[in-house]
Order: sequence, then C-alpha cells, then structure tokens
Amino acid sequence: MTLPAQPASAYDLAHETEAEQLATFALLVDNEAGVLHRVVGLFAARGYNIESLTVAETDRKAHTSRITIVTRGAHHVLEQIEAQLQKVVSVRRVHDVTRDPNGVERELALVKVKGEGPERVEALRVSEIFRARVIDTTSESFVFEITGAPGKIDSFVDLMRPLGLVELSRTGVLSIERGAEGM
Amino acid sequence: MTDQKTAPAADAAVQLDTLTGAEMVIRALVDQGVEVMFGYPGGAVLPIYDALFQDNEKHGERLRHILVRHEQGAAHAAEGYARSTGKPGVVLVTSGPGATNAITGIVDALMDSIPMVVLTGQVPTHLIGTDAFQEADTVGITRACTKHNYLVKDIRDLPRVLHEAFHIATSGRPGPVLVDLPKDVQFSRGVYQGPTEVKFGHAYAPRTKGDAVRIAEAARLIAHAKAPIFYTGGGVINAGPEAAKALRAFAAMTGAPVTSTLMGLGAFPAADPAWLGMLGMHGTFEANHAMHDCDVMICVGARFDDRVTGRLDAFSPNSKKIHIDIDASSINKNVRVDLGIVGDAGSVLADLIASWNDQGLTANRQALDEWWRQIETWREVRCLRYGKSEQTIKPQLAVERLYQLTKDRDAYITTEVGQHQMWAAQFYRFQEPNRWMTSGGLGTMGYGLPAAIGAQLAHPGSLVIDIAGEASIQMCIQEMSTAVQYDLPVKIFILNNEWMGMVRQWQELLHGQRYSQSYSSSLPDFVKLAEAYGAKGIRCSDPAELDAKIIEMIDHPGPVIFDCRVEKAENCLPMIPSGKAHNEMILPEELDDLGSVIDEAGRRLV
Repeated sequence: MTLPAQPASAYDLAHETEAEQLATFALLVDNEAGVLHRVVGLFAARGYNIESLTVAETDRKAHTSRITIVTRGAHHVLEQIEAQLQKVVSVRRVHDVTRDPNGVERELALVKVKGEGPERVEALRVSEIFRARVIDTTSESFVFEITGAPGKIDSFVDLMRPLGLVELSRTGVLSIERGAEGM
Repeated sequence: MTDQKTAPAADAAVQLDTLTGAEMVIRALVDQGVEVMFGYPGGAVLPIYDALFQDNEKHGERLRHILVRHEQGAAHAAEGYARSTGKPGVVLVTSGPGATNAITGIVDALMDSIPMVVLTGQVPTHLIGTDAFQEADTVGITRACTKHNYLVKDIRDLPRVLHEAFHIATSGRPGPVLVDLPKDVQFSRGVYQGPTEVKFGHAYAPRTKGDAVRIAEAARLIAHAKAPIFYTGGGVINAGPEAAKALRAFAAMTGAPVTSTLMGLGAFPAADPAWLGMLGMHGTFEANHAMHDCDVMICVGARFDDRVTGRLDAFSPNSKKIHIDIDASSINKNVRVDLGIVGDAGSVLADLIASWNDQGLTANRQALDEWWRQIETWREVRCLRYGKSEQTIKPQLAVERLYQLTKDRDAYITTEVGQHQMWAAQFYRFQEPNRWMTSGGLGTMGYGLPAAIGAQLAHPGSLVIDIAGEASIQMCIQEMSTAVQYDLPVKIFILNNEWMGMVRQWQELLHGQRYSQSYSSSLPDFVKLAEAYGAKGIRCSDPAELDAKIIEMIDHPGPVIFDCRVEKAENCLPMIPSGKAHNEMILPEELDDLGSVIDEAGRRLV
C-alpha cells in the first residue's frame, strides 16, 4: 500500500497543493437552537470552505432538520470534514452525496433579466430550452425560476449574463438519494 | 414573573413529586455519583447554591462544594480531580464573568479529553438577549470549546439534559459539556427523572468496540514486525486502569518497546525495561530514534500532535502505522496511517491480545533481539545527562531528588507549563496511570496548583505535588487560599530560575538572545507569600541542603510553597529543533550549534 507524500510540517497542511474537489454532504441534525452554528462554526474553526449551504426543518415530530453543505478540499481534507461532522453530538447522520452514485443534487435559482428588443426575445428563448419558468414579467424584464443540477444553473446564468442579468438568487444545493431507502 | 410553570402547585401531593430546577441540579449530581464539585457563587446561580445549602443540611455533605478563588481555578481543579480518579469533574459558576473565566479550563479539558460537566447560571430566559447584568452568550461562546453544550429554557428538559451531559462528557472521547441554566428555570418546578428514567434526545453513540478484521490484521502485522514500537497517549489513561494493564500485557507478549506522549505517562511503568521514556520535542533520544527507525508503529490513544511528530515528511518514514483511537477524526488527520482502528483503547488492546492468542502468533524474537541491540546503542547516548554543580541546584537534579524522595509514597504530580513541566516529564518516573496531571494540548500556565487541589480532594491521604515555575505559579496563585481553607496539604515545588524559562530558551536559541519580556521581575518572596496565606514556605538554593528541605516539605502536614532556586540559564534538552525530524535531535553538548541547526523555516514554527 502506498501512501501519499506527507507535508513537511503540520503547519504546512494548509499549503498543500493536492488537487481540490467539490463535495456535497447531507446532514440530518437535531432541530435545536444553535445547531447550524455548530456546523458552520466547525467549518470556520478548521478552515474548511463552504460553497453553499441549505437548511430547513424536515421532520417536526422527530425534531430533525436537514443541512446540505457543499464544500471544497483535497481528498483527505474531505475525509476529515466528514469525520469531524460525525463527531458533532447534534448531527445524526452524515451522507457524502458526491461519492454516492445514487446521489442527486438539485438547486433552484431566481434570475432577473432586464432587456428590450432582440435580447429580450433571446432570453425568453433560452429560458424555454432550459425549461425555466417565467414568474414575473414587465415590459423590460423577466424573472425566471429554474431548477436543476448546479451545473445547469451555472450554464443558464452564463447565458443570461450578456442578455441583461441584473439579479440572481440561488438556494444552494439540495440533495437526496435515488431509490426507496430514506436517509 | 407570572410564568405558570413557577406557580406553586395547589395540593401537597403534587408538590412532593416536583422539584425546583435548582433542586433537580443537586439531585442529578447526587444521582450521578458526584461527591465533589468546584465553584463560585453569583447572582444567576443563587437558587442552586440555596438548594445545595439545604441538601447539605438535610443529608450532610454528600455533595461537597469547594469554593475556589477564581473560576479558572474551578475548571482546572475539576480537571485534576477527573484526571486522578477517572470520574467526571464538576464545575458550578455564575453567568457572565463566571462563565467566561472558566473558559480557559474548559478548552484545556477539551484539548486533553478530560470528562467535565460545567453548570453555568444564566439571566432569566425573558432577559436573554437584552444585555442584562452579567449576561453573556455562554452557549454561543462555548460552542467551539465544549464537546457539547445546552441552554435549558424549559424545566421539562432539565432532567434529561443533566443526565445527558454526564453521559456525553464521560463516554467516547471524553470532554467538557456545559449546561447553561437561566435563573427562572432554576426556580420553576417540574418532575424529576433519574439517570435511568430519562430518554436521551441525541443519536450520540460512540463506537468503543474495534473492528475484528482490522484487529486480527493488526495482530499479524505486529507479530511479523522486526522493529515494532508502541506509541501510546492519554487515550490509554482515559480508557481506565484496565487499558493500562492490557497495554502492559500486550507489550510483554510482543516484546516491543514502549514510548508515550506527555499525556500518556504512567500507562506503562517507567521501571519496565521496555520503557523508552517520553517521545517528541523534549522526549528521549532512544524513543525518537526508535520511532524514526521502526517498521511497525502501534499508536494507541495518541493523536500525532506536532510536538510529537516533528517534521512530518520525515516522520517514521519506513513504518507501517496502526492507529487505535476512539475518535475517528484523529485517524489520518496529521499522519496518514495504514490501519486505523476506531475503538476504546482498553477494548481494542484486550481484543488484540485475544486475537494474538487465537491466531497462535509469536513475536520474531531473533529480529527483536537485533532491534533491542540497536535501541541499547541509542540508550547509551544517555540523552538526559546534565552538568552537575556544587554551587547551584540544577533543575534536573531538583526533580530527580524529588522523585527519589517521593517514589515510595503514594504520590500525585501536577505541573504548570514550561521548562519545569518538561523536566518533570523527563525525570519523574511514573509507574501507574492517573498519577500525572499536566496541561498538554492547550499548554495552560496556571493549571498545576488548582489541578493539585482537585487531585488532593480526590486522594486526601496522598502526597500531591505541583512541580511549578515561578512565572506559571503566579497565574493561579490565588488558589493557595482554597488549599488553606480546606486543609489540603498540596506541595508547590517551584523551580525558580527567575525566567519564563521556555520563552527564554527559545529566545536564546532562535531570536539572537534578545530576551524580550521574559524575565520574571519583581517576584514575590515566595516564603512570605506562603506565610501570608497561612501555609508554610521553604527556600533552598544550596544543592547540599536540597534533600533535607524536600523531606521537610513532604513531612509538613499542611500546604507548602517550596521556592527552589535553580540554575538560571539551564536549557531543556534534548530537543528536536523546530522543523527537524526525530533522528535530528540535539543533545546537551551540541547546544552551541543549535542556533545554526534551526533554519529560517523552523524559526517560524511554534
């Protein structure tokens, strides 16, 4: 078994050049005051990145909420993040969505585009290709609602930018596992 | 307050079944087997102090409260109590400054995995968030420095939370748990439930049993090793005396040498021939070289701290590493290992012994003989030697003599932080677990005296000594008053070199002898200071008088401050210079070169 090279010092751990990757963790947590702070505080204290974060109560009776957190890091950093999350007393389950072939990730975005003439027509045409919904229209603007994998939202936003994108609101990533089993 | 929960129950029968929140706290502590707690009263905990007063009147001192002089002292005393008994330490302090003063001790307990339950008062729930008098966001502040914490806003949650706090603090990797108690909840009445009646609300269930397949593989790996070594830590102590016994048994079966971190001293007896001494920055030459050259490393309950590993890319480069730890996040954190086993150190060691026997494994005696011959050559370096003097007391000599004169007694040793702490670790030889209390992870000056008080309360007839420095001791010196109040005969043995010695040493070696702010100026007269507190003071500066004065200290029935005037310029060696590997240790006679050995990169490390 060959192990990856060690950094020279613990102080150099942060300066490692090992390739970073995105990872999405879904957490089932006790729905209690401060639980989000525990998770966010852990990321802040240990210097982990948060790319996006969503949280909402999912089962009132069982007092549970679901947090989906997208982070970035080298492979061993992601392993540490998972182990550190498992340690939090208020965290019931940790699921690595990215490494689960059955993991599904979705995001919702609201996109406001301002424009007139051919650009306005083009924006509407592109939105149809992406199956976005128009939820507000004025004579010089649209608000689109689009859902999909984060990459699809990114593409949509990139296309809308030159067409007059003025405002963007994204939910952050939500996740679930395909199949009949619950988390 | 017109809260209905606080309204007195109408009929007496109901009232019998209910307790106030404050009474529940006392009741829960008693039900959890708590005998001693450390605290300091204040406005937001008055109902609890009242309930304590009434409980003591009714039942005698079944729950003893020790009044400290500063909340930091309460937390460290609870640590000393916990570390020397294996039982959780309990702290009771008020809101605001009571809580914030305790925080250093709470972080210390978190870093060193000490079971502790901290009860803090809080302003009444309806005042939370109004910047009320002595209000602090205690759960917010302590979220990052506790294993878990609670703010109890409803009396119905209180019994469960109190028992959960003890469960979480003492199981898995132990640590501090804080319960913040608003004053109105302390006055509210509710139905109390005992430890076995409450239903825990969390999914918390730490894994203690190691994976059988991995344990069997580890046993084979160890049996086939030519140069194995045990690297053990505080986890073995935390796992209880049985874990230390299992370590001794398994080490004997495998024939492997044993080294330990600062926190793990005593788990393996220093008198055993297989003992190599402590490893790491100020560890022994033989322990560090054996770590560097071993082919199989068995890490049990230690966490590859930077003080232990030295330069990571040169850390034990040719070994297969087995890491046994109850905390999965410790495995592969700093050092990537070949075989990680999550579980309680005692349980896994017992399973390793069973697996070793089941598989009919035997150690490779021939290879081990060669390994031991190699280790002997490192031992012959005698890395802990130091120059003797007839004029001044060498600090190493002071600890050596202290050890020789106390080794046949029932002794517990605590320390502050700095050179004296390292000399104590090097020269005081521990034979049993739970005898050594020191601030390892956080490195808290001021830890030793309150920790000695906690240990002395747990072991009233034993000899408890705080090996201290003249700078550190002043950080919690106020606890002398506590020691005197409760007739605790703790001995404070100050290695007084008039310097913050470790700071001075680093400034000498790494900062061109520019001794910035490290001289202990305007020191008190420690003998008079002892007397001012109602204790005994002893001073010694002559090596010829050292033994007699140490005996005088030991024989004195009350607390003593021993001002041991030692060589001022002595450095703590051997040392792995910053940024260097285990096999690049600096020995005492090489000191002159040390400045040139540490490069610019090393200078920037801590």
